[in-house]
Amino acid sequence: MSVLVYAEHDNVSLKIETNKLVHAALGVSSDIIVLVAGSGCVAIAEAAAKISGVSKVILADNAVYEHQLPENIADLVVEVAADYSHVFAAATTTGKNFMPRVAALLDVAQISDIIKVESEDTFVRPIYAGSAIATVQSADTKKIVTVRAASFDAAANEGSASVELLDTVKTSEKSSYISAELTVSARPELTAADVIISGGRGMQNGENFVLLNGIADKLGAAIGASRAAVDAGFVPNDMQVGQTGKIVAPQLYIAVGISGAIQHLAGMKDSKVIVAINKDEEAPIFSVADYGLVGDLFDVLPQLEAAL
Amino acid sequence: MKILVPVKRAVDYNVKVRVKPDNSGVDLNNVKMAINPFCEIAIEEAIRLKEKGVATEVVVVSIGDKACQEQIRTGLALGADRGIHIETNTGVVVDSLQVAKLLQKVVEAEKPDLVILGKQAIDSDNNQTGQMLAALTGMPQGTFASEVVVADGSVNVTREIDGGLQTVKLQLPAVVTTDLRLNEPRYASLPNIMKAKRKPIDVKPVADFGVDMTSKVTVIKVEAPAQRVGGVKVADVAELVQKLKNEAKVIA
Repeated sequence: MSVLVYAEHDNVSLKIETNKLVHAALGVSSDIIVLVAGSGCVAIAEAAAKISGVSKVILADNAVYEHQLPENIADLVVEVAADYSHVFAAATTTGKNFMPRVAALLDVAQISDIIKVESEDTFVRPIYAGSAIATVQSADTKKIVTVRAASFDAAANEGSASVELLDTVKTSEKSSYISAELTVSARPELTAADVIISGGRGMQNGENFVLLNGIADKLGAAIGASRAAVDAGFVPNDMQVGQTGKIVAPQLYIAVGISGAIQHLAGMKDSKVIVAINKDEEAPIFSVADYGLVGDLFDVLPQLEAAL
Repeated sequence: MKILVPVKRAVDYNVKVRVKPDNSGVDLNNVKMAINPFCEIAIEEAIRLKEKGVATEVVVVSIGDKACQEQIRTGLALGADRGIHIETNTGVVVDSLQVAKLLQKVVEAEKPDLVILGKQAIDSDNNQTGQMLAALTGMPQGTFASEVVVADGSVNVTREIDGGLQTVKLQLPAVVTTDLRLNEPRYASLPNIMKAKRKPIDVKPVADFGVDMTSKVTVIKVEAPAQRVGGVKVADVAELVQKLKNEAKVIA
């Protein structure tokens, strides 16, 4: 029994999710093979080979995989998966995109967004925006699984696996990449940050999000947002924390002007320490916050920045 | 062109669901049900494409027991032309792969140019069906769409990805799944609700489709999540910082 782990990367750097995937996969088997698919990815494959617990890295380096179009990636993964009992990918927008395609092509069900590995065929996953936790068992011959990276520790980088080149080229005529508009930020990525400060509808507008910058700088924090703030156009969608946005579990989560709807809590309630700053003392966020401060964020934020 | 919109009857998004005491699932008795919010966005997008003259017919399909005809009617009241109900027995849970296989048969019969689904159902939180349907029908897919532009036998889909936005071009027929920011769904007006009652819904028993409905995935138990207990309220910023440093030790 061995697990194929699909490396999460952006052709520039290997993402920490990959280390977390490897850690999760070690719950199933000690034989872990990482697949790196992309373009100009030799350095990423070398980085993946250093993850502790990885026995081999397979590198499919070709221009057709540059944008990780699901039509191409799914066909590649289906072919490579022939030798493995399990395929694990991160429950990121990349993994969510191609993995169900892999599952359907293999005619097996997919287990989405697991938070725990019970055994080789039994996994734990949240449903109903985290209001319930289901333990599910798969009788399929191959287990196709996406992993909630925030729920697993990262495997260390002390390994030395070999890298094997794979020259399989899978390309679909039916889809093509046009363009991308990426958010540029010097701050840590939301899903990897140890500290996150998020703003909600209480921020009132996009300009006021600058009030979070100074605090984020001092704490080395990433800046997130609630769906209300995103829907109101204050900030871009890729900052959204919640059931339909990113799921995070930092050491410290500071929720500013966020009421704490079920949908938002689903994305951050596994944070180690939660701080809520809200002027409404009845806000549901206070029922999950370790430390709550009732006050106007426009008074509190400058004070907090000064105090750090 | 024809657009097919699969919709799911799911628990209303405002409901705080409870786990059953025997840990067999969540208690949906007497709980308010509605169209899954992402499916509502899918219907809205299809209707807008019809209003722009891009689409000529919008067909809504739902799989489930008799009650899901309510959600098909809602789709019809919003502007869809006709409905297809694939009827299961009450209490039957259909997994994503089975839904995708049933929809594959509908696609083969209806030959839509575009299938628009929600990106995920807010009950199972799977985020699988659209991708699986695309795989089974050999169609390209545009998931997590925040913009859909149809032109000359193809569709450009702007997708919400972790680092920002990505635009892909897909040859029709294609599968698109909706993200929240694709559009803001309209409300059905009373006259449209009345008119929807006369629109046809074709009811077909699930047995007619020849899809194996035995799921390979068994739910062993469903539990309530560990409850976080609310902590303390602090009086001011100084106390907050002091506690974060000395008590929680999460800042230096």
